[in-house]
Amino acid sequence: MDETLLDKVWRAHTVKMLPSGQTQLFIGLHLIHEVTSPQAFQMLREAGLKVRLPERTFATIDHIVPTASQMRPFGDLLAEEMTVHLVRNCQEFDIRLFDLNSGMQGIVHVIGPELGLTQPGMTIACGDSHTSTHGALGALAFGIGTSQVRDVLATQCLAMAKPKLRQIRVEGRLARGVYAKDVILSIIQRLGVKGGVGYAYEYAGSAVEAMAMEERLTICNMSIEGGARAGYVNPDATTFDYLRGRPFAPQGEAFDRAVAWWRSMATAPGATFDDVVTLHGGSIQPVVTWGINPGQSVGVGDRIPNPAQAPETDRAAWTEALAFMDFKPGQPIAGTRIDVAFIGSCTNARLSDLRSAAQVARGRKVAKGVRALVVPGSQAVAAAAEAEGIHVIFQEAGFEWRKAGCSLCLGMNEDKLKGREICASSSNRNFKGRQGSPMGRTLLMSPAMVAAASIAGEVVDVRELLR
Amino acid sequence: MSGDSVRRQIVGRGIPLPGNDIDTDRIIPARFLKSVTFEGLEQHVFADDRVQAPDHPFNEDRYQGASILVVGLNFGCGSSREHAPEALRRWGIRGIVGGSFAEIFFGNATALGVPCLAVAPKDVEWLMGAVAHQPEREIVLDVEAERVRLGDRTIPARLPEAARKQLLTGTWNATAVLLEAGEEIARVAQGLPYLSGY
Repeated sequence: MDETLLDKVWRAHTVKMLPSGQTQLFIGLHLIHEVTSPQAFQMLREAGLKVRLPERTFATIDHIVPTASQMRPFGDLLAEEMTVHLVRNCQEFDIRLFDLNSGMQGIVHVIGPELGLTQPGMTIACGDSHTSTHGALGALAFGIGTSQVRDVLATQCLAMAKPKLRQIRVEGRLARGVYAKDVILSIIQRLGVKGGVGYAYEYAGSAVEAMAMEERLTICNMSIEGGARAGYVNPDATTFDYLRGRPFAPQGEAFDRAVAWWRSMATAPGATFDDVVTLHGGSIQPVVTWGINPGQSVGVGDRIPNPAQAPETDRAAWTEALAFMDFKPGQPIAGTRIDVAFIGSCTNARLSDLRSAAQVARGRKVAKGVRALVVPGSQAVAAAAEAEGIHVIFQEAGFEWRKAGCSLCLGMNEDKLKGREICASSSNRNFKGRQGSPMGRTLLMSPAMVAAASIAGEVVDVRELLR
Repeated sequence: MSGDSVRRQIVGRGIPLPGNDIDTDRIIPARFLKSVTFEGLEQHVFADDRVQAPDHPFNEDRYQGASILVVGLNFGCGSSREHAPEALRRWGIRGIVGGSFAEIFFGNATALGVPCLAVAPKDVEWLMGAVAHQPEREIVLDVEAERVRLGDRTIPARLPEAARKQLLTGTWNATAVLLEAGEEIARVAQGLPYLSGY
């Protein structure tokens, strides 16, 4: 029987079948942050339990950190309190914390791969839905709730049902100006925000195989926006080259042995799937969302659709989205005025994302009245970008160059939209109120498209600026 | 497991919440997650939606004291924040019936002992109408029989077998069950190349 990566990883980590019918699955790597872990530690204390394998849990602080200045104590007393608790919990339970003074702090889904903690064939869990990101390296990675954070801390296991598997093939070559973000937004637009419920997604096909690791991270990151709790790409030479030399990756001969095992965990050529979907990469356009969920999007050259043409179950949602966004059916998405431009988040705040945006911003100026900020995904990304002078390109163009954190993706720190502002955003969610203003509006797009919009002051096709 | 953790039937008045794809940012906006406990979350459930729509069901007097939430498709999509089912539970919700549920939300709600039963879209529509018409009537969520009853009407419902067993046996807090594996956990760990330097 030719097995998939999902089959192999699941089998290697199965402790036993539970009376409920679920699998008790061993979790090889557990990542925590300040928002979804404090209650879990408190539950452990109340139950008198210890952390079973403290050396397999790593912590960082990302959601609530300010990005203008990260001097402690933070001005926001609640943020400071959460930070104090995380530090204290990590000390009490002997967990390694990548703190603000470590040089290794950043968004949890940026630093895991970057430090080489994330490796092929692993099971990974984190109390954050974008944990699917780590699947880009051929791991099986799940977002979990706080009760499950408690379960992993106490037992290094989760009770889970094995998902079905859908292979999503993207074939052909992407056009210039079309990025991984456009690919995943196209996938979600096609399969819908609930199309992946009950599934894991295996991303494959020549376009995915040709992608660099950071592009694969963007794709896997948004699996959850399509309803799939996990998404992965089979490990290959790109994966191994990415991991070589990273701080927590195996070194020397151990690395060669690791590659042999990693390779063995990839889906076998004859394996079958519960479903297969194919997209033609060459026909994908730069994508912009027009609504209030990540499936409500169009190509930048297209018009906002009419709810009358929506599938019946989506009609009310489309109408609600247009009312919230104050858009009209048939209106072109290009030309939509923006107030804020945000380049950041666990989806698109890695070095290659910043490079692609800087390529557009170089020698140009942010439009009058547009507030533009770049928030690197980690301290390491910031340092690498600064070494290349990318921050200067942004600053000369009129962007604010910030410190690492989740920032305006979810507005848990000072970075928020105001009132009805419209934000061109490289993040992952355009939900109502997501960016910190209850009535604020979000247009999701690639970092290069955000840069283009910031300069034009409105949504434009980035390909016009790349000529 | 103690008897009070068994969830055989949930009985209570309903509150209808129309709409599909209602995400967890709407159930509890991120700014209310700035706390190291779940205390007080009930005050902020649907905080922004309630301001934007004064006739939001959670604002209406006639639904106060309801314990069974009726929802559409893909309820609880988006963020994995357990604050969402916690906020609902602390507000008074003890069971949810709807068209379908996002996966992480479903697991989080089950882990709090809040059953989420799925029914056909036409039955969701009927339930919402019936509750709005007579909010004082009690709904019965029958976890054991996988049925929802309101008045003289009984609706077939679905619950994944694993969640059903956990709720019926009171083992929805998974930690105790997972701890039982003991040395089997160590055995699996020993077999993983990445935990032994490959």
